[in-house]
Amino acid sequence: MTKKDSQSSRRQFIKSSLVASASVGSTLTAGITSAQPTEKDFLKIDPWTKTQRQNFPNPTYGIPSAFEKKVTRETYNNGSKTPLQKLHGIITPNGLHFERHHGGIPEINPDLHRLVIHGLVDRPIILTMNDIVRFPAVSQINFLECSGNTWAELKKQTWATVQETHGLLSCCEWTGVRLSTLLDQCGVKPGAKWVLAEGADSAAMTRSIPIEKAMDDVIIAYSQNGEMLRPEQGYPLRLFAPGFEGNMSIKWLRRLKLGTEPWQTREETSAYTDLGADGKALQFTFVMGVKSVITTPSAVMKLNAPGFYEISGIAWTGSGKIRRVEVSTDGGKSWDQAILQEPVLDRCLTRFRFPWKWNGDPAVIMSRATDSTGEVQPTLDSVLKARSSNAFYHNNAIQPWLVSSTGEVSNAR
Amino acid sequence: MHAKYLLLLAVLSISACTNSLNQGKSYGLGKTISESQITAWNIDIAPNGDGLPPGGATAKQGEKVYQEKCAACHGNQGQGGVANRLVGGGNLNTDKPIKTVGSYWPYATTLFDYTKRAMPHPLPQSLTNEEVYGTTAYILYMNKIIGLNDEMNSQTLPLVKMPNRDGFIQILK
Repeated sequence: MTKKDSQSSRRQFIKSSLVASASVGSTLTAGITSAQPTEKDFLKIDPWTKTQRQNFPNPTYGIPSAFEKKVTRETYNNGSKTPLQKLHGIITPNGLHFERHHGGIPEINPDLHRLVIHGLVDRPIILTMNDIVRFPAVSQINFLECSGNTWAELKKQTWATVQETHGLLSCCEWTGVRLSTLLDQCGVKPGAKWVLAEGADSAAMTRSIPIEKAMDDVIIAYSQNGEMLRPEQGYPLRLFAPGFEGNMSIKWLRRLKLGTEPWQTREETSAYTDLGADGKALQFTFVMGVKSVITTPSAVMKLNAPGFYEISGIAWTGSGKIRRVEVSTDGGKSWDQAILQEPVLDRCLTRFRFPWKWNGDPAVIMSRATDSTGEVQPTLDSVLKARSSNAFYHNNAIQPWLVSSTGEVSNAR
Repeated sequence: MHAKYLLLLAVLSISACTNSLNQGKSYGLGKTISESQITAWNIDIAPNGDGLPPGGATAKQGEKVYQEKCAACHGNQGQGGVANRLVGGGNLNTDKPIKTVGSYWPYATTLFDYTKRAMPHPLPQSLTNEEVYGTTAYILYMNKIIGLNDEMNSQTLPLVKMPNRDGFIQILK
């Protein structure tokens, strides 16, 4: 048997019955074997078993298998999107975290980085990174979602894959100091109602954050999934506001100022406000609504044959925990409860799973999440009724995928 | 001293230590800094004008800076180009609303703040305060919000009433 024959028969034998046509051979999404092997497919000793590779020069910082090269972020003008359809569980690897920049990615030497806290405090302070890592730390696993995630789908069906429609969403373990710990160091003066957070990037990105949130669960983070922040995530220091729209988690954080009123910065007036049909705009829409999406199967995967498939996806809410996810395989006529994969954490992605036997007929599959406050993920119609298609931000509508009779999956918005 | 008392003393001192740390006042990390040492970073402008520097300029004085440093991206009449349109736009209650400084921005102070901190795009924080006042005035003038010879300074800029000042509903959650 030649090397080529051996590889192709092996591949055929283990190949999933469900493949993403965009990444054939690299993503064994469902792990279901297809047809029974014929005599010529009987297992042989593979060449990689018969080769000594102990001295294989492995990079000192490990990288994914060469067969996973197509699992990448998808870049656009000011950032990139996470390949949700190629990920498992709830954690986003650091190299695949979505990006949105307002003034590029600054290169900051942590030894030279400083954080200043001033304004309505008893004692304004300046902190080095060495100071900051010495404070008592906390770690929490939280999602981060750009409020513009899924924006174009409000107007019309625009994108194909879940990476395009929902990929401004990621989830990591963030480690840092509670902002309340730092503010207690300075002594917050009575009357301080807002905190201005400012980045050290070329946009000197600024947002006003209510003091209640600042004293609650905001952390000043230096670590992401156990290692220091990636440059595109704010290295060496960022603010992280769990559940709030992504742009408020100011990256490359250099300054916090306490005051009595919001600053009405460009990013909270001109941008990140939701214009309604009547010409009035909603402002300070902080919390990301309850939302879910099926990631497998999703556009533009292909189901090779009728049979068993596990429908799997993610659900999240800026208001607490995911309480329930329901799945419909008949376009929303009937709904059944999905299994929630532990852990189910506060302001964190929750993985859900739903066993499904596809009978080969066209089917519209969709998911609907409910959170711990009782909020239910809305249909697109109700989002449009509440916010208008000019709103741009905060589209948390139910996402339908159409499975055609030939197994092609497409966006059925 | 009796061993029992030693133990009690140890417990007391541990709990005192824990209490003071829990109050978060005594980590002793970081250095006190004075507001005057922060000046270079302290560039935010509040809607009431807090933070606006001394000086001022009219649209007439700002035109040259705008045409030299802003027009290449925003258009010589603020009509937009590779960067956002700044002028005009009209009503917002249409199918295709056009958000500009004139049609959408609720506060004139934001224009100073953003220009000072982030513009011009290739060279942020390179404009003098006079240049920021001048371009701010010129953009307001192109939107017919102020006159050509109205000086924008720390007193007058916060008083400028933007057309869409009442166009926002604060949700705060």
